[in-house]
Amino acid sequence: MAEPLLELRALHKSFGGLRVTDGVSLEVMQGEIHALIGPNGAGKTTLLHQVSGTLAPDAGRIMLGGRDVTHLPMARRARLGLARSFQITSILPGFPVLENAALAVQARRGSSFRFFGRASREAALNAEALAALAEVGLEGRADAPAAALSHGEKRQLELAIALAMAPRVLLLDEPLAGTGPEEAERLVRLLSGLRARYGVLLVEHDMQAVFALADRISVLAEGRVIATGTPAEIRADAAVRAAYLGEDGA
Amino acid sequence: MSGAPGRAERLVPWLVFAGLAAAPFIGFGEGHALTLLARAMIFGMAAVALMLLVGGAGLVSLGHAAMLGMGAYAVVVLDHAGIVEAWIVFPAGILAGAVFALVTGAVAIRTSGVHFIMITLAFGQMAFFTTSSLAIYGGDDGYTLFGRTEVLGARWLEDRLVFHFVCLGLLAGCWALVEALLGSRFGRVLRATRDNETRARALGFEPWPYRLAAYVIAGAIGGLAGVLLANATEFVAPAYLAWQRSGDLLFMVILGGLAGPHGALVGALAFVLVEEWLSHLWQHWRLIFGPLLILCVFFLRGGIVGLLRRG
Repeated sequence: MAEPLLELRALHKSFGGLRVTDGVSLEVMQGEIHALIGPNGAGKTTLLHQVSGTLAPDAGRIMLGGRDVTHLPMARRARLGLARSFQITSILPGFPVLENAALAVQARRGSSFRFFGRASREAALNAEALAALAEVGLEGRADAPAAALSHGEKRQLELAIALAMAPRVLLLDEPLAGTGPEEAERLVRLLSGLRARYGVLLVEHDMQAVFALADRISVLAEGRVIATGTPAEIRADAAVRAAYLGEDGA
Repeated sequence: MSGAPGRAERLVPWLVFAGLAAAPFIGFGEGHALTLLARAMIFGMAAVALMLLVGGAGLVSLGHAAMLGMGAYAVVVLDHAGIVEAWIVFPAGILAGAVFALVTGAVAIRTSGVHFIMITLAFGQMAFFTTSSLAIYGGDDGYTLFGRTEVLGARWLEDRLVFHFVCLGLLAGCWALVEALLGSRFGRVLRATRDNETRARALGFEPWPYRLAAYVIAGAIGGLAGVLLANATEFVAPAYLAWQRSGDLLFMVILGGLAGPHGALVGALAFVLVEEWLSHLWQHWRLIFGPLLILCVFFLRGGIVGLLRRG
């Protein structure tokens, strides 16, 4: 079996007496969408925070492409190929849409300690940025100020930023949250087409989307992974139904 | 920086430079007027540098006068040692500002927001009290220079008109430098860390090297302004480093508007000229100046240059 792109080994994290991550191990392979589901408060976002480097785990290890990144800061992990979209949209509101993506290209294309020459006119950066915008269908809004985008468009932009980083692993925290049904459908198609290029760790509440997209699903409850398997296996799992799916009626 | 500046706004720096170039020939050529304009241009330089920090990096420094002080005291130290050659004095002043910024910035940059304001204030006060205690350079009383800096032995800077255009040239140079920096790759990262620090980190940019570099560049420009300030007054005192001066500089930046370095140009000119005008009008002019500044903050959200956007 090939080496996983992203591997979590027995991660633990507590806030005071509350164990929010309790021995979580999982891996994301190249070309795989690994979905993380679970009821509210199960610790999904906290887990993503530890993977991206916003929070430090109390114990356990995080391996990115075979390299231990447990103690590296967020920016280092990003440069090693980890891109993240946030549950609460995180873009650069003061920048034009195109420059949001162009800065992501700049991060991996040469030094940013260049003090002269207008960055916004660098054709190579802009071409790649525009390609990333086109993938999410935002190319028509390239010159708009990012702050002027609709909520759904901001979600698209955040995804475009992640793609422009040309990462190895994508961490997506509820990419469909707050998008309309049509937009959601488009995003699902887009994500499905992306999987070959990356390993994706997806946190999402839209169960229809999760079961349509995921190659594997891990179910998180009270900080523990109670099941991991293919969508069919998860649907059939009694423990999962009791903990989660049954109550949700999904 | 919300949105790109319009055409009218792009003209602002050029109008300012043209006005300053023409000033000596349209009735502002006598001693007092040129002294005042030199003062405005020198503070304009320091304000443009501070704008790189405040508007570019989101670092609100309340210790920027110390950078000027470093440049001014570099002139004093060299003058005391009998060195008055511009090719030594100017680089030394710039270096003094940059080194002070590097040493204090390495600590200050670890903090942000209110803590950054407080720590830059603290470093500024340290520099202030240090210069106050330098008895050899006059301590509290300050130090009177024997004369202005010489250029290859020639006393060109003694000529008020030459000095006027030296200040103007350097002011335009500093403005062009900061303008270029903000638009460069470096400046784009700097602005991104101000706009959304978490996003900048998630893109792979650790903010501190960019912030420290900006701080050192601002310190270097501040040092240059300090050299000119010492030459303009032919006198240097610890008061140049007082925190009130840092506050004035910060106010010039905000008064002019944070849309770009041209805002700092306008802010510095407006501040120095209004201050001068009011002080002639009434002995207790500060009673008017203070509330006026407060009104500006309330009603000129985008600063003076922001007025061009609405209209």
